Amino acid sequence: MPITTAYETRIDHVSILDEHGAFDESLGQGLIPEDQLPAIMEHLVFCRQLDETAFKLQRSGRMGTYPQNTGQEMPSLAAALAIDKADWLVTCYRENTGLFWHGLPPECILLHWMGDERGNHIPAGVNATPIAIPIGTQMLHAAGLAWAEKAKKTGAIAVTFFGDGATSEGDFHEAANFAASLKLPVVFCCQNNGWAISVPSSVQSAGETFAQRGISYGMPCVRADGNDLFAMTKVMKDAVARARAGEGPTFIEAVTYRLRDHTTADDARRYRDAGELETWEARDPLPRLQRWMEAKGLWDKSQHEKAMKSGEERVAEIISNAEGIAAPDRSEFFDHMYADLPESLKRQRDSKRTTSLGQFPEDLA
Amino acid sequence: MTTAANETEMTLVQAVTDALACEMRLDDRVIILGEDVGLNGGVFRATEGLQAEFGADRVVDSPLAESGIIGSSIGLAMNGMRPVPELQFEGFMGPAYDQLCSHAARFRTRTRGRFTVPMTVRVPHGGGIHAPELHSDAPEAIYAHQPGLKVVMPATPYDAKGLLIASIRDPDPVIFFEPKRIYRAFREPVPNEAYTLPIGKARVVTEGTDLTVVAWGAMVVEAAKAAEQSDASIELIDLRTISPLDEDTILASVEKTGRCVVCQEAPLTLGLASEISSLVTERCFLHLEAPVQRVAGFDTIMPYYKLEMEYLPGPDRIIAAINETLRY
Repeated sequence: MPITTAYETRIDHVSILDEHGAFDESLGQGLIPEDQLPAIMEHLVFCRQLDETAFKLQRSGRMGTYPQNTGQEMPSLAAALAIDKADWLVTCYRENTGLFWHGLPPECILLHWMGDERGNHIPAGVNATPIAIPIGTQMLHAAGLAWAEKAKKTGAIAVTFFGDGATSEGDFHEAANFAASLKLPVVFCCQNNGWAISVPSSVQSAGETFAQRGISYGMPCVRADGNDLFAMTKVMKDAVARARAGEGPTFIEAVTYRLRDHTTADDARRYRDAGELETWEARDPLPRLQRWMEAKGLWDKSQHEKAMKSGEERVAEIISNAEGIAAPDRSEFFDHMYADLPESLKRQRDSKRTTSLGQFPEDLA
Repeated sequence: MTTAANETEMTLVQAVTDALACEMRLDDRVIILGEDVGLNGGVFRATEGLQAEFGADRVVDSPLAESGIIGSSIGLAMNGMRPVPELQFEGFMGPAYDQLCSHAARFRTRTRGRFTVPMTVRVPHGGGIHAPELHSDAPEAIYAHQPGLKVVMPATPYDAKGLLIASIRDPDPVIFFEPKRIYRAFREPVPNEAYTLPIGKARVVTEGTDLTVVAWGAMVVEAAKAAEQSDASIELIDLRTISPLDEDTILASVEKTGRCVVCQEAPLTLGLASEISSLVTERCFLHLEAPVQRVAGFDTIMPYYKLEMEYLPGPDRIIAAINETLRY
């Protein structure tokens, strides 16, 4: 037989709580403890409020460009639920729910988008990296962070997030290849939200799925409903267990949708069909979970109102904290260039100038 | 030259290997990764024998991907390790540029000190070895222009060992350029134990009173040949570190001599020689007897090796610049 099959594969798609409210008991039973769900719902309500308020802050000139997370709350939250405190979240910029659950103070994210690097000073003990601006480069850091955990034999792992557009970047492929080839404890999660600013995911790849991007590197790949907290939690837990057991990385494609513009500097109406948006608004992950919890008797209207009220108060407090922080010293941006500032930089910092007419500026009377 | 009991005669590349071995014995966090660095010992044999001594978990043959090597090293460094990645040739730094300049250089200041990148990127540097295209370039100014990186380039075996160990122990990312043309050009006694030389400090190779020559890497050897041919009293400075620049040593020398020639392999325009010329002009203006001269590579693509010696500044071009500056 001259032609045989060298390799065959298939991509599973995992859905547990679908958009019509159907729940797969065989997969979903006990996945998230029922007594944890109210706290999760409160968290989601708060995160959605903060996200919508951040948009208003930008529009009123109180914050710079901001990328809204609305609609994409579940993938990173599922990761945070599936990992331990010592594990790493290596994210891009639509993972607020997971980062906050993992311990990042929300003020950090606001400060970042308010143009203040002090927001990137992740508190000690919170294993997360700051917002990653260059697309698709942070997955290599996740590979390295996980490599260090492997070298130190701690058992800790790293989960990294990126968009569908980022899978077109070379660094994504290098990270996937390093992690698989060196058997590093990494979970790759692609949030396929349909759009890389104005370019649809169909242009990013001619493949049927993004999940299959991982196959060529020799890692298990799975696709899940990214708007389904249960499906995402299941695939995350499986992937985290594999990583922790020393079996190497997993690639997860979370199929979700960016319900808002790319950032506050974008207007998606220029390129996105209104009908498509409507379709996905009906799949909004928050009402889906809320309806299911209410039907199960795990949540009710009064709890929701209470969550809305406390969420509002918390958002106000966080904004107040972020806006109330004392301005940095005028030369603060010099301070962390190196552990020890070179003399030439000290001179620039202290004199606030780069000219000297042949003399040190401080000698110029 | 005599060799003491606690010293060994070594070439520059042997001193690199010795530095790596010394530091790996002292510090479990040090890990080497790169293309062919393991069993093969690197294409220049700079990691020869290290995998045998330290194992495949600490001397790691990585996939063939420069950005991957640097990006994963950044993660290792951020998480308590001391990675020493090797990029095989300076011409292959391009694919890693984004990780070096967008991330390695920025993490400390981006996170206001929460994350740091104590990583030493070893890169063979420069021309003159009859190598193919993109194996003979001199890109040091690109990385010296990037705030947040340090750039080091030794010119002797003794300096190579001391500076490499200092780089590995440095809390910030260091690009450690190794002048491959003089990897095996000469031997000198190198202490067997680990030692460091300060980053950011130049070395006065020979003292003189008539003219200062500033060089780094393989050009130090060429400049020394030129200085020997001159009847004048030449003060030769080997920068050893390119960023941060040892301004004081350069300025003190030119204040004394009043004349300065800077030698670099890299193309003339916007190179480090231009920065040094500007520095000297600004700060030694009243001491100068002549304009600062830059002996450099041409503003062309480095030719293939049949013509590489036409491109690279040699003693003839350096001595011409010295003589013209003395006559000015």
